[in-house]
Amino acid sequence: MAGSEIEIILSRQLADCLSVPVFIVDPKGNLLFYNEPAEEILGKKYEDTGEMPVSEWSTMFTPKDKEGNLLPPEQLPLVKTLSQQKPAHGSFWIKSLNGQDYEISVTAYPIIGRSKVFTGAVAIFWMNSDQDEV
Amino acid sequence: MKFKFLGTRGSYPSQKEEHLSYGGNTSCVELSNHQHRLILDAGTGILGLDFELYANLPRIDILLTHLHMDHIQGLAFFKPLFKKNLEVHIWGPGGTSNSLRSHLNRYFSPPLFPVPIRELPCQLHIHEISNSTFTIGAFEITTAFVIHPGPTLGYRIKNGAKVITYIPDHEPMVGSQKLYNKDKWVSGFSLCKNADVLIHDSMYTKEEYPSKIGWGHSSTEHVIQLARRAGVKQLFLFHHNPEYPDNFLEQRLDRIRQNHHEPYDILLATQGMEYEL
Ligand SMILES: [Zn+2]
Ligand SMILES: [Zn+2]
Repeated sequence: MAGSEIEIILSRQLADCLSVPVFIVDPKGNLLFYNEPAEEILGKKYEDTGEMPVSEWSTMFTPKDKEGNLLPPEQLPLVKTLSQQKPAHGSFWIKSLNGQDYEISVTAYPIIGRSKVFTGAVAIFWMNSDQDEV
Repeated sequence: MKFKFLGTRGSYPSQKEEHLSYGGNTSCVELSNHQHRLILDAGTGILGLDFELYANLPRIDILLTHLHMDHIQGLAFFKPLFKKNLEVHIWGPGGTSNSLRSHLNRYFSPPLFPVPIRELPCQLHIHEISNSTFTIGAFEITTAFVIHPGPTLGYRIKNGAKVITYIPDHEPMVGSQKLYNKDKWVSGFSLCKNADVLIHDSMYTKEEYPSKIGWGHSSTEHVIQLARRAGVKQLFLFHHNPEYPDNFLEQRLDRIRQNHHEPYDILLATQGMEYEL
């Protein structure tokens, strides 16, 4: 079994200490880790699910624009980061677990370690309050 | 394969009497089989090498884990570097933007040292490695970055069926003494897996670690868990804290043996001791 690269391990150690939701994915978008605040968004516990293939966790969101139109995946920051290996930021609307729509901002950045290999990406989610301008 | 501890002390060399049982020289371990010798790290321990044993060898290989002073301090005074035409290979990690050579140059240049690298008489080959696999003679070597400030490699060295893993400076979990449950999330795990011998950082006690978080070193808990989880056969506690006198190291080892009942041997790495695998 190949171990994770240390930049991924350290990303998880950092995510464990943060109060903002953090998702860590591999280069294909498979979900390697999400922290406790992110569990609230997914409605699942990392301890229960472990890693999740991209096909499974990506369908948990239906991101829409302000007018309620479904967003194509390539407009999502994490998808952009995975395809371009560059940081990306954006805002969209998702449905919360209680059925309410709310706006969320996402900043994603690529993880490229000392060996210069693209090993994955981190996405930080930020729930926008009504006053926040993005 | 044989391995010999030439320097076992962490951070800085010590001549104090309270350090003489396990040694005051900083990190250096020598590996040898019938044809080849490898030198792991170049702390002050490297100066205790018996160069006569190298007289008939075609080359010298020095494998550096990282460039903290306690791991390279002996390098500038390592006589083979000044031997005309002798083939010397230095292996180690580069920086993100600076090469291994330019990092070594900082040490090998005035005012820190009078002789720049380019003027060393030996035939010097510098190999920058990262997460790599390569061979030197009959040694199959795997390296991977491990958690420690600055680029730092751990080494897994296979000779025939035997494996020695060397990770002298390592803080596998920052801020917690419990490793993640899944092995793939544990820094250095694949290097340690089923090793016959693990030579590993053991800088802090469980009690001291909370005041040294992020300093890049293991607590007793870290190293014991890592060795057990990886299924190693023998663990050498290494990189002894120069703040700990030798009798304290022994007391700590006694406590580990009493409290943990580990299924593998645990020993204190002792300067001058040689073992055969
Ligand atoms: Zn050290
Ligand atoms: Zn160090």
